[in-house]
Amino acid sequence: MSLKIIVLAKQVPDTRNVGKDAMKADGTVNRAALPAIFNPEDLNALEQALQLKDQHPGSTVSLLTMGPPRAAEILREGLFRGADGGVLLTDRAFAGADTLATSYALACAIRKMGEYDIIIGGRQAIDGDTAQVGPQVAEKLHIPQVTYAEKIIKIENGKATIKRRLERGIEIVEAKTPLVVTVNGSADECRPRNAKLVQKYKYAKTVSESQNQDNDYLGSILDSRPYLKLNEWSVVDVDADLQQVGLSGSPTKVKSIENVVFQAKESKRLTGTDVEIDDLMKELIANHTIG
Amino acid sequence: MNNLIVYCEIEDGIIADVSLELLTKGRTLANKLNCKLEALVIGHKLDDIEKQIFPYGADTIYLADDKRLYPYTSMPHTSVLVNLFKEIKPQICLMGATSIGRDLGPRVSSSLHSGLTADCTSLEIGSHEDKKERKNYENLLYQIRPAFGGNIVATIVNPECRPQMATVREGVMKKEIVSPSYKGEIIKLDISKYISDTDFVVEVIERQIEKSKVNIKGAPIIVAGGYGVGSKENFKLLYDLAATIGGEVGASRAAVDAGFAEHERQIGQTGVTVRPKLYIACGISGQIQHIAGMQDSSMIIAINNDPNAPINTIADYVITGTVEDILPKMIKYYKKNSK
Ligand SMILES: Cc1cc2nc3c(=O)[nH]c(=O)nc-3n(C[C@H](O)[C@H](O)[C@H](O)COP(=O)(O)OP(=O)(O)OC[C@H]3O[C@@H](n4cnc5c(N)ncnc54)[C@H](O)[C@@H]3O)c2cc1C
Ligand SMILES: Cc1cc2nc3c(=O)[nH]c(=O)nc-3n(C[C@H](O)[C@H](O)[C@H](O)COP(=O)(O)OP(=O)(O)OC[C@H]3O[C@@H](n4cnc5c(N)ncnc54)[C@H](O)[C@@H]3O)c2cc1C
Repeated sequence: MSLKIIVLAKQVPDTRNVGKDAMKADGTVNRAALPAIFNPEDLNALEQALQLKDQHPGSTVSLLTMGPPRAAEILREGLFRGADGGVLLTDRAFAGADTLATSYALACAIRKMGEYDIIIGGRQAIDGDTAQVGPQVAEKLHIPQVTYAEKIIKIENGKATIKRRLERGIEIVEAKTPLVVTVNGSADECRPRNAKLVQKYKYAKTVSESQNQDNDYLGSILDSRPYLKLNEWSVVDVDADLQQVGLSGSPTKVKSIENVVFQAKESKRLTGTDVEIDDLMKELIANHTIG
Repeated sequence: MNNLIVYCEIEDGIIADVSLELLTKGRTLANKLNCKLEALVIGHKLDDIEKQIFPYGADTIYLADDKRLYPYTSMPHTSVLVNLFKEIKPQICLMGATSIGRDLGPRVSSSLHSGLTADCTSLEIGSHEDKKERKNYENLLYQIRPAFGGNIVATIVNPECRPQMATVREGVMKKEIVSPSYKGEIIKLDISKYISDTDFVVEVIERQIEKSKVNIKGAPIIVAGGYGVGSKENFKLLYDLAATIGGEVGASRAAVDAGFAEHERQIGQTGVTVRPKLYIACGISGQIQHIAGMQDSSMIIAINNDPNAPINTIADYVITGTVEDILPKMIKYYKKNSK
């Protein structure tokens, strides 16, 4: 039995390597200074999808990403690693979305993508860090969800068996398909890019990317190889209600943002000689910090 | 009507610490808002569960008791919350940022179309002016949370939609009994009105949950190790010092990722928040996400071979040296000089 699998992937600034220039003087994030990457746990999600495809020959893995035009990179990266295609959901109207407006837009796009057996996303994106989008997409589509998944063990007879990794243990659940699964970073790492696929898809482009190219050669390649055309959808393409997307569809409002600065203390400096450590310990005992 | 409600998590008949912490915070907020503090418990065999909750100042406890409601699964619990909230219209709903709260909260918020703020580190009541719409709001919940990997702190409000929903991690708020004899009202929900058979589409077929063995949250002294400790072997020095001076061992995420310490010991933005009397940071560089979980310690000692490690800026004592050299000296002195 072949499966139709959708993977949710977000392009995120690499918040794990935040340098000095990452914050602007006004305390906002200078996204331009941070490299844009495939959200780490979405790579774990993609790997689970590819493993299902290995187990069920004939299955298809489609990526869905919402973001600015440059998020087309996410689709190419997915194709290089073994996905079959994807959709970039991009429109100015989506900007400023909170998790509810994001999941509404994603759910509209998923309905347009047609039938599916399973939707797999990362547990959490490293910029917003909320872990809310997966469950909200599930609710919008009125299907079950299994979060904190570490392994999708099997899908058989309309049921998925999934191992979850929780704070203090594990749980194995059986859930009806179709469903949404969100995957933890503790799951299998994503397979690397495949050289043949990189060769095959390196010129894959969205319509707006190819319009920006006035290279005749590229133009003719794109025309003769339809698999190089990446889908790019707008609010209108997915029949989304303008009132429910972007800033206007977001119940949460950011009131203020502050840069985090820690109050430096006046510290006593010790080099760690025997005498110094003895004196320190003596003081800590004397003032009842220890003992 | 329009009260503040806390979703209380249970495991083996015990209310989770994070829920008690939220009741404590909820009590303070409810006093400011002049509304009631309510609690909702969903599970099975809930007799006497109220004894664990009333002392924290709950005025009402809603109980949803049914064999099928324990262990937790997403959809039945969602249905209870959604249908109950449509009835009682709370203004605020708080839950733990646990694997349950982060599964349940977003599903409920999507169904009710009410905003949800994740992993708040502080909750306050305040006013808000929407300049564009020229509207003023009083008594909103300020939901304060770190984002962008802890590099910024955002204050988020939900002006229009109710309830205003927020999750908070364990250990971030303090837990405090209001009065051992505090009493409120118990309301048992008629389950058939809240859930339907179609909610039961996920079945838990195996479950291995361990009780928490370590209690770093409550420890007065924490000896925490980072990647600079070097190995699981070397971590023994930290256990030694902790046992000697009566503390617990904590760890940075890098140390946990490297397998030097268990995940339960992780301190920081994605671990627990601690505020002990004494925090000894051994071989920890002091990245923002770590500091977020320990900056309120009364006294901080940093042991690091790098004189410019960022942790030094917030330390009361900076010892420039290696963990291997300094810790044995501390242990030796204490063993010799305490009775
Ligand atoms: C400072 C700050 C604080 C914020 N706090 C909140 C808040 O508390 N509550 C709130 O509702 N919103 C909040 N937001 C908005 C939120 O970051 C955005 O809505 C974001 O688009 C989605 O949330 P996330 O990054 O937390 O994703 P998560 O919910 O953490 O993502 C989980 C998974 O969903 C999928 N996914 C998420 N976004 C996309 C996408 N664009 N395309 C494809 N797949 C996707 C991925 O698989 C991802 O791994 C905040 C934004 C900022 C800047
Ligand atoms: C979204 C997000 C959430 C995160 N959450 C957390 C969190 O909850 N908690 C957390 O801790 N981190 C968290 N991190 C990770 C954090 O950014 C750092 O990577 C981590 O705290 C570094 O751990 P460390 O200080 O042990 O390691 P390192 O940064 O590698 O520092 C090791 C230190 O040890 C010193 N050293 C080396 N050898 C010795 C020796 N022999 N004796 C003494 N000192 C020595 C070095 O000088 C150095 O300062 C998070 C990151 C992200 C992006």
